[in-house]
Amino acid sequence: MVRVKLDRVSKYFGRVRAVDNVSLEVMDGEFVTLLGPSGCGKTTMLLMIAGIYKPTKGRIYFDDEDVTDIPPKDRNVGMVFQSYALYPHMTVYENIAFPLRIKKLPKSEIDRKVREAAKLLKIDHLLDRKPGQLSGGQQQRVALARALVKEPDVLLLDEPLSNLDALLRVYMRAELKRLQKELKITTIYVTHDQVEAMSMSDRIVVMNEGKVQQIGTPDEVYRNPSNIFVASFIGTPPMNLIRCTYDESRNVLKCPNFEYELPSAWREALSSRTSDELVLGVRPEDIEIGVESPNAKARVLVVEPLGKDVVVTLALDEETSIKAVARAGTQLPTGEVTGLRIPLEKVHVFDGKSGRALI
Amino acid sequence: MARRDYSRIRRRVWLERALKVLVVIAVAVVPAVPIWLMYAGLVAQAFSSRVTLGIVPVGFTLRNWRFLWSEISMGLKRYPSIWPMFANSLYLALGTALIVSLVAGMAGYALSRMEFPGRSKMMQFILALHAFPSVVLLIALFILLNKLGLYGKGFLTLTGVMVIEAALQIPMGAWIMKGFFDSIPWDVEWAALVDGCSRFTAWRKVILPLVLPGFAAVALFAFLAGWAEFILVFTFITDQQWYPISVYIYNLIGEFKYVDWGLLAAASLFYAIPTIVFFALSQKLLLRIYVGGVKGVR
Repeated sequence: MVRVKLDRVSKYFGRVRAVDNVSLEVMDGEFVTLLGPSGCGKTTMLLMIAGIYKPTKGRIYFDDEDVTDIPPKDRNVGMVFQSYALYPHMTVYENIAFPLRIKKLPKSEIDRKVREAAKLLKIDHLLDRKPGQLSGGQQQRVALARALVKEPDVLLLDEPLSNLDALLRVYMRAELKRLQKELKITTIYVTHDQVEAMSMSDRIVVMNEGKVQQIGTPDEVYRNPSNIFVASFIGTPPMNLIRCTYDESRNVLKCPNFEYELPSAWREALSSRTSDELVLGVRPEDIEIGVESPNAKARVLVVEPLGKDVVVTLALDEETSIKAVARAGTQLPTGEVTGLRIPLEKVHVFDGKSGRALI
Repeated sequence: MARRDYSRIRRRVWLERALKVLVVIAVAVVPAVPIWLMYAGLVAQAFSSRVTLGIVPVGFTLRNWRFLWSEISMGLKRYPSIWPMFANSLYLALGTALIVSLVAGMAGYALSRMEFPGRSKMMQFILALHAFPSVVLLIALFILLNKLGLYGKGFLTLTGVMVIEAALQIPMGAWIMKGFFDSIPWDVEWAALVDGCSRFTAWRKVILPLVLPGFAAVALFAFLAGWAEFILVFTFITDQQWYPISVYIYNLIGEFKYVDWGLLAAASLFYAIPTIVFFALSQKLLLRIYVGGVKGVR
């Protein structure tokens, strides 16, 4: 197992900056997720760690060894591709044995390791099949077995769950996490699904347009998003972002159809703003509906019952609508005006221009 | 909304379906009739002593096949045996197939997977090359062979013709192979690299087995082209010892005003056998195109 370190790594494809000046350190045995929308450079980063792409700038270290110029075959990484990339002309057994055969291990040892890996992933009854005869979930396990069988120093997973159906995805999420903790392999996981990232990782690296937006534990990126992008990307339904204007003299935010009073202690933090355009951020689950002494009033547009709770879409004015999560059974007739309370301790304030978190 | 008249719709659907079947029959079956008649006539003629009405055989005989075990005299010329010519044809066809698959296999990989300046220009140029029929090149090739000292040199000339034939087939072969290499996702090649392969090992152990159907197709076409080659060998080979079967069959028609149709039919049938065998062998490979194992498109 190794520590993976990226030191100011960039990758350009022609004029496109796929990865832009990324520094990251993944600890020995840690599970780190690269999270971001498609095209944000997370797969490119993974391929650079695997050695398939060479960074345009910057260095990559495994422990303290510089591996930037070392070809993939000498890096001892295991990788699961989004498409699984199984070898269609080989059986499951041959697929899993392939990395070991390339290493020219003795036959008996290959056989033992293949059977061990197959057993670990519960595919030992499929060893004689061809990949084409397997379901998506089984293919995914074969790909994982092939990546694990060579006992890699680093395990790279590129959206391994995205081709599975919803039920299997939830199951495999837990399986993967259990496996990683059991084997203690340094793991770098790529996904665009924030639920996967939140539920599996030790730390999350949120990326957008080739740049790192925030690095932190799931709790940190959820509770203290460093900018508007992270705030809107993490959480379902996403955080409400309400465009407001700051009135410094009265220390209030003038929001659509309501004013939000700020504590005087925040004045100093807000002084670093670039303009008076600020964004008030509050998570749907933090908004309280139908309270006495509300901060704001809003009209109920849509009510979506989800079983354990209800998602309510509310209109603040003609243009601004927000979402709130209420307890199941909450009765809210569409069109009715209701009072909202936005608790001060749950509020985020972002700079309207730069998107940076101020509070 | 007014109720739809389903019986009318049903009748229309039925009519459309009937029309489709008629078109399929017209396109697929009708042209097949004369082709099958031709083949039937060929077989009938090859095994009968006389044929009435052009197709109905009368009297079974193997006399038409006498060229297999005895020499044939055609006017002034005598052909000792068909077997050396059979060997010549086989040499020409297999050699062409080998050269074309080797070169097209590597060229196709390079065109599909490697970035180099002028790649797309080169691909257009390759396609343009294929537009030249060999007849157009006959004189130029004659001069070339002469300068190289390959004209009228028996075996060497046959080999020369093989190289020419291969050169004519390589452009299309490289294009076909490029298509097959294109169809293999990068992920699979990358997976092989991560699993410990060098680029060459990945090509040999993972990519090559996946494009075997492509090799079969290219080899088949090249073999057929070499086997059927007539104009080049007829023009360049002067020594009848090195004639392939195509020239032999031409001589059966052309040497003498009397044509033994039974003999000609038998020889033609014999000429077709290796083609059928080669096709039957590679057809299995052609159909073995892998499905699954790689999901998702990128």
